[in-house]
Amino acid sequence: MSDVRVVAVTKTFGERKIVAVDDVSLEVHDKEYLSLVGPSGCGKTTLLRLIAGLIQPDKGEIYIDDVPMSKVPPEDRGVGFVFQTYALFPHMDVWHNVTYGPRIKALDEKNAAALGRETLEMMRLYERSDAYPNELSGGMMQRVAVARALAAGAKLLLLDEPLGALDAKIRNELRYDIRRLVKDLELTAIHVTHDQAEAMAISDRIAVMRKGKILQVGTPTELYMNPEHLFVANFIGESNFLEGQVAEVEGGLTEIRLRGNLIVYSANARARQKDERIVLAVRPEALRMQRGLKKTQNGLLGRVKDVTFEGTVTRYEISVKNGDKVIVTMPSLAGEPYSVDEEVTVSFEPEKSHIFPYPPRGLMDELKLE
Amino acid sequence: MTRITKFLDKISSKPIARYAVYVLGILFFIIIILIPPILGITLKLNLFLTVVNDPPLMSKALSAIFNSFAVATFVGLIDLAAGTPTAWFIARGKSRWLNVIDTLADLPFIIPTVALGYSLLLFWNSSYGISGLFGGSLISPGWILVILLHFVFSFPIVVRVMVGALLDYQYAYEEAARTLGAHPVGAERTVTFPILKPSMIGAFVLAFARSLSETGATIVVAGTFENGAVFIQTEKSLGNLAPLVFASSIMILVAIVIFAMIQIFGSRFKIPIKRVSPSFEKRLSGRGAASSRDGVTFFVFFFIVLIPALFVLVSAFPALVDGTLSNALTAKGVFWQQYWPSLALSLFIGFVATLVNVIAGLPMAILIARKRLGKTVSSVFDVLVNIPIIVPSVALGFSLGLFWTGLPLGIPELLLIILAHISITYPYFVKSLSAAISRVDLELENAARMLGAKPFAVFRTIVLPLVKYSFFAGAVIMFTRSMSETGATTAVSTTLKTVPVLLVYYIRQLITSKGVGMSSDVGLGCGFLILFSILILLVLRLVIRGRARY
Repeated sequence: MSDVRVVAVTKTFGERKIVAVDDVSLEVHDKEYLSLVGPSGCGKTTLLRLIAGLIQPDKGEIYIDDVPMSKVPPEDRGVGFVFQTYALFPHMDVWHNVTYGPRIKALDEKNAAALGRETLEMMRLYERSDAYPNELSGGMMQRVAVARALAAGAKLLLLDEPLGALDAKIRNELRYDIRRLVKDLELTAIHVTHDQAEAMAISDRIAVMRKGKILQVGTPTELYMNPEHLFVANFIGESNFLEGQVAEVEGGLTEIRLRGNLIVYSANARARQKDERIVLAVRPEALRMQRGLKKTQNGLLGRVKDVTFEGTVTRYEISVKNGDKVIVTMPSLAGEPYSVDEEVTVSFEPEKSHIFPYPPRGLMDELKLE
Repeated sequence: MTRITKFLDKISSKPIARYAVYVLGILFFIIIILIPPILGITLKLNLFLTVVNDPPLMSKALSAIFNSFAVATFVGLIDLAAGTPTAWFIARGKSRWLNVIDTLADLPFIIPTVALGYSLLLFWNSSYGISGLFGGSLISPGWILVILLHFVFSFPIVVRVMVGALLDYQYAYEEAARTLGAHPVGAERTVTFPILKPSMIGAFVLAFARSLSETGATIVVAGTFENGAVFIQTEKSLGNLAPLVFASSIMILVAIVIFAMIQIFGSRFKIPIKRVSPSFEKRLSGRGAASSRDGVTFFVFFFIVLIPALFVLVSAFPALVDGTLSNALTAKGVFWQQYWPSLALSLFIGFVATLVNVIAGLPMAILIARKRLGKTVSSVFDVLVNIPIIVPSVALGFSLGLFWTGLPLGIPELLLIILAHISITYPYFVKSLSAAISRVDLELENAARMLGAKPFAVFRTIVLPLVKYSFFAGAVIMFTRSMSETGATTAVSTTLKTVPVLLVYYIRQLITSKGVGMSSDVGLGCGFLILFSILILLVLRLVIRGRARY
C-alpha cells in the first residue's frame, strides 16, 4: 500500500524567496497513476522532489501511508525516483545500476541478484546487463532507470519527465509500457510531464499546476469536459476563447453578447450575473462548419483564412465577421475539404461550451504559459 | 579592424598558414620544453657510473631520492584527505563566508614557497610562534616540517581541482542513490567518489609532482633531513657533478615512470563498494558526525595551513616601526641593496617567461583541445606537456643547464634562467587553456565560420572572448610560479640571484642549532612578496568573479 497526502506545502528558493510551490494540498490514492502537468517552472518537479525528500518544505507536511515524512530522509521513504536525465551511475554497468538498491541496503547477494534479474527481464534488458550507460540508447537508459527504481523495492514511483528526452515514436511506446508496469505491479505512481497528451493517455487522474499552485485535479475526462479554469481549458486540449458579456440568464441557458452584438447561447451550469464580463470557451473539435453564410443558433459567419492538413484532422482558421478568430478541427476524411477564402458558418451546441469570468489581469495574461 | 588583423584573418584561411602555426608551436615545445631536460642529463650519463662505483655516495643519493618520493606520496595522500572535505565545504556549503574561504584557500599556492618555508619555521620552530607556548622548539627543522611545508603549498592545488570537480558533478547521481536507499555517506562512498576518482587522481598527481619539484623552501626547513632536491643542491654547492647527474637522472626517470603508471593503472583502481553497513553509514551521516567533519576541516585549514603560512607577517610588523621599512624604501644596507635588484630580476624573468609561453603555448593548447592533428597525436602531446611539472625542478634545471651550456656557442646566464622558467611554467598555461578551449562548444566555431568568419577571426571573436578568463588565470599562475621558483634557478645560476634564491640564502643564515632567528629585514622582504601575491590574487578574483566557467 502506498498513498500520498500533501498538506498545505510551501517551498521557496533563494534569498528572494521565490515561491516554487505555494500552499499545495494533494491526495494520491494507493495504486493510482497521477500526473502532475503544467508549463515549465510551474513547480511540478519541485513538488515531486518534496515528496521524494530530496528537498524539504518550508511549510506543510507530506504523508506517505499516513506517516509524516518531515523527518524521514529520502533513503527511508521507500520511493523510487526516475530522473529526467535518468542519473544512471556512469561507473557501473546495467547490472550494478539495477542491483544498487538491494546491495546498498545490505540485502544478501543471492536475493539482490534475483531481484536484479527479475526486474531486468521484466524490462527486457537482461541481455544488456553488462553494458555501461553510455552504450545504451535513450529508451534503454529510461528502462534501466525504471528497473533500478523497482529493484530497490519502491511501492511509490516518482517519475520526473521520464520520457522528455526521447523521440516521439519511442515516447509513445514507452508511456504505455510504464503504465502497464505500474498497474501490473500495483504501484502508486506520480508522473511529472509538461505534455498534456502524455498525461491524458496514461493517467488515472491529472493535477494541473500553474505558478506553484494546483488549479484542478480530476480524471482526464473531467478536465477535458469540465475545466474549472481558463488556463486548464487551454492547457488540457485546446480551446477558442471569445470575449463577451452576459445578456440574459434564463433557466439553464445563458445568453451572451459577443463582439459586434453577436448573440450566442451557452448551457454552462455555472451561475452568472447579467452584464458580467465573461470569456466563452469552445473546443475546436466541438465546432461544426457548413458552407455558405446561414443563420442558425450559435452560428458564427466568417471566411476560411488558413487550412492546415495534420493527418487525422484538418485545422481551419476562420475569420469571423465580428472580428474574432476561431480554430475548427475536422476529421480529414469527413467530406470535401474547405478552401481558403470560402465563406462558412461555424456553430456549436450550447452544452459544449464553457463560460468563465473575465480574468482581472486580462485574457492573455491568464493563458500565458510562463 | 587593423590592417594586421585583416591580414591575419585572410591568411588564416590558407591551410598552409594554419599548419605553419601548429608546426612552430610543436617545434617550440619539442626544442625548448621537451628535449633539453631529457637530453641534457643524457649528455653526462658517463658520470652515472662514478656514483655507482662509490657505494656510500650511491646509498646516500638513493636514500635522498627515496625520501623525495616518500614525502611526495604521503603529502599527496594527506592533501587529498584534508583538501577534499575543504573543497566539499566550498562547493556545497551555504555559508556567506564561502567566498572568503575560497579565496583564502588559494593563498598558499601563490605565496612564494621560500616565504612559506620561513613562515612555517617561525610558527612551528621559533619562540615567536606556537613553540613559544611550549617553552621550546615544538617542531625542529626536519622531515616533519618538510611534510608540513609541502602539505601547505600543495593543499590549494587539491582544493582547486576538487572544487572544480564537485561543481561539474551532477548532483542527481547522489540523489538517485539516496532514493535507492543509500545514506548520505553511503551515496558518497559508492557513487560520488567513484565518479570523482579521475579528478582525485589528477589532484594527487599535481600535489605529488609539486612536492617532488620543490627545492628552495625545502632547503630552509629540512634541517639534517635530505631529500633529492636538497641532495642535488648540496652537491651542486660542493661542485660535485657526478652525484647531480645520478640523482637528477633517477628522479626524472622514476617521476616519469610513476606518472605513466598512474595514467595507466589509475583508471583500473576501483573504490570498493561491495561491503555495506547501512547502520554504520547512517551513524556517519548524522548531524553530529557531519559537524565533527566540518570542525576538523576548519581546524586543519586554519591552524595547519593558513595561520602558519601567513605567520611570517608577524615578523614583518616590527619592521614597520623599527626603521627597517625606511631602510627598505631607501635601499639602505646590504640586504636591501640586493633585494630590490633581485625583485626586479624576478619580475623581469617572470614577465618574459609568461609572455613567451602565452605566444608559444597558444597553438599547443588549441592543438590539444581541438585534436587538430588527430586524437592520438593530441593525446600524446597532452601527456608530454606534463613532463616539466612532474620532473623535480632542481633536476630539470640541472639538466637544462647541462644542455644549453653544452652548446658550442654557450649561453648567457640570464637567458638560461629564463629558459628554465619557460620550461617549468609552460604546462600551467597550456593545461589551463586547453581545458578551457575544449569546453567551448565546437558548434559555436562552426556557426561563426558559416557566417563568414575566417579561422583567425573565429578564434579572435568567439573562442578568445569565451576563454579569456582562463587565459588570464593561466598567465597569472605562470607568473606567480616563476616568481617563487627556486630549484631550477639555483641549478642554472651562478651569479644572478632571483628574490627567492636571495631569501633562501638569508633565511639559512638565520637557522642555528637553537632554532630560527627572526630578522625584520627578511620578514619584511617576505611580507612584500606576500603582499604582492595577495594583490595579484585579488585582481584575478575581481576579473574572473562569476565568469570562471571557461
